[in-house]
Amino acid sequence: MSEVKQPKVGFAQRIDQLTPQLLILPTVLIILFLAVYPLLLSAYLALSRFKLVSGGFELKYVGLRNFKKLFSGSQQYHFLGTFGEFLFWEWLIIGFFALSFCYWLWCYFRSGTVSVIGTIGRSITVIVIMMLTMLAFSVLNGSGYPGSLMVTLFYVFVGVSIQFVIALGLALLCAQKIRGKHFFRMAFFIPIMVTPVGIAYAFRMLMDMSQGPFAPIWSMFGLAEFSWAADAWLARWVVLIGDSWQWIPFLFMVLLAAIENQPKEQVEAAQLDGAGSWRIFKDITFPSIAAVAATAVLIRLIEAFKIIDLPNILTNGGPGIATESMTLHSFIAWRTQDLGGSAAVGYSLLFVAVVICVSFFNFVGQRTAAKGA
Amino acid sequence: MSLATRSLWQRISEPKNLQSMSPLNKVFTYSILFVWSFVVLFPLYWLFVTSFKLPIHVSDGPYYIPFIDFEPSLHAWKYIFIDLGQDTLRPYLNSIIIASISTVLAVFIGSMSAYALTRIEYKPKLGSIIGFIGAVGLVVYLTVAIGMQWQLSLSIGAALFVIFVLSFSRHFSRTLGNNDILFWIISQRIMPPVVSVLPIYIMFQQLGLLDTHFALIVTYMAVNLPIAVWLMRDFFAKIPVELEESAMLDGASRMRVFLTIYLPLAKPGLAATTMLILILSWNEYLLALFLSTVDAQTMPLMVAAQNATRGPQWWYMSVLIVVMIIPVLIAAGFIGKLINKGQLAGAVKG
Repeated sequence: MSEVKQPKVGFAQRIDQLTPQLLILPTVLIILFLAVYPLLLSAYLALSRFKLVSGGFELKYVGLRNFKKLFSGSQQYHFLGTFGEFLFWEWLIIGFFALSFCYWLWCYFRSGTVSVIGTIGRSITVIVIMMLTMLAFSVLNGSGYPGSLMVTLFYVFVGVSIQFVIALGLALLCAQKIRGKHFFRMAFFIPIMVTPVGIAYAFRMLMDMSQGPFAPIWSMFGLAEFSWAADAWLARWVVLIGDSWQWIPFLFMVLLAAIENQPKEQVEAAQLDGAGSWRIFKDITFPSIAAVAATAVLIRLIEAFKIIDLPNILTNGGPGIATESMTLHSFIAWRTQDLGGSAAVGYSLLFVAVVICVSFFNFVGQRTAAKGA
Repeated sequence: MSLATRSLWQRISEPKNLQSMSPLNKVFTYSILFVWSFVVLFPLYWLFVTSFKLPIHVSDGPYYIPFIDFEPSLHAWKYIFIDLGQDTLRPYLNSIIIASISTVLAVFIGSMSAYALTRIEYKPKLGSIIGFIGAVGLVVYLTVAIGMQWQLSLSIGAALFVIFVLSFSRHFSRTLGNNDILFWIISQRIMPPVVSVLPIYIMFQQLGLLDTHFALIVTYMAVNLPIAVWLMRDFFAKIPVELEESAMLDGASRMRVFLTIYLPLAKPGLAATTMLILILSWNEYLLALFLSTVDAQTMPLMVAAQNATRGPQWWYMSVLIVVMIIPVLIAAGFIGKLINKGQLAGAVKG
């Protein structure tokens, strides 16, 4: 390096000073224009009624009427569902939930790190989860009928739990010293690459009771004429199976990578000491993958709330409204030119998703991250 | 314990040594793995086989194996690639162009911000942010409720925001940190697309950009950006700071540090993130449904369009779905290799 370049003072240096801003500005601008601005605009839509008039359209401000329609008006059956009577044991469980939440809040107030935002956040979490629990008991107990809110929550909670358990089991099996590891890994990853629209059609073919590949099995049980699409719960489960088929690979890959990165020495030492595989999993493997698992589950939770392709194509939301997720509900409202109603459903979905995902992030994600470190 | 004293149960349930698996465990593991392989591969096999079936083979009940059960026919492939020709090729090319460009942009811009958020401290003022939200709200109100031209309302909003920041922002001393920015970016991913798609539709309509590649590329990039930032931040955080400090002492600019040190070192992370975002944008359905009609139509729409009034055309659909998987598989092969190599390199360097 004999030649020393004279640093250019001026333009280049000024650019260099601005680098911190330049690095983050594109992301912020893109999100402002394509996420925040639409969000505000659609807040306005949710508060108004859309009407086609000659030569264009007209938006009339109607206040919270769109939401009122969903929560207590003509669309209540569609959104919240039809309420049933509470049974005695359901009151018991609800009471137990309420007590444990109170205990949780009490522990928080005793912990000495109380802040205004923390208190508000926890209160919102508790209130929303309590209301959703009561709604669940009310619409699911035989005399009620779930609306799109509860169906979405069914896809999210039941779906993500099942996917997590199966993915974790497969990852644990695959992390052993087995032959053909490469094959299994590649094969198990494929479903995520198939477009959800395609998966929906594929499952419609597979689940066809009279022409599908399993038709001989169904007819053996005398079920050839039976239609799962006419039964509300069977239809929901078929949607859930399709969704799980696609998304287990994602959780599987993330968990497998995490398990293979766990400290090998500890596992070997524990094996030498004669620890059983359950002890090894509980005390070594699980703590070391907990943080990654929490992040993966959070990503999955976020995506699960947006489910639309599968119910739209697999069952078209039916029978009736049985498999309609909130995104599909909103889409159907949009198709019938009820833009205000569509935006109101979208906003309700946003609210529920934000409360649940942020609660998970703060109270599960952070805790496991702290433990894992 | 000698072999002779081991009971039958012990012999099948306990491994001979720590390196191997017990016979019972082996049977259990392999049977589950094979059952799951069947679960995963059978639907794909069925799609593949259906693409060679005549309508009669589908409606007459299940036929499983080509040449034995039924005579395969190329009619569906012929229809899709020769009869439809351009109409298949166009969405296919659209999908490839839109998915790849938006993925590359999202990963690059996202990595830039992720790097900045791990290594540079930002202190945005709460006051300016509130002012900004107020200004945007005003713009929305002026355009939608009063019906002003969007160019005019946008400039009014911008002017008011600048005045607000210049005159009032020093009274709000509260600042936010990097974690707040990160959380804000991630939280944008929670937003269901159905909330934002309508305003985006109106926006592109007013700009005259509906049904163009540009609209879809920009939208896909925006919805995937939060994931890119989120995942890349974890990978960048693992790279030691000393590398950066020594490079900066040698006079490298931040941009150079990012391009020549951080990006290459985070290759496995980049590969994994690219893969995930590529899959998400390749398979996206809802946004494409709103924002494209003919010219920018993507493959998922094309697949859904095979559900004609005559009922679903299973054979055409199967061809399209099979054809749609191929580019992703190829990309996954390349990217997978990158992940393995990256890990290897990392291990060698220690």
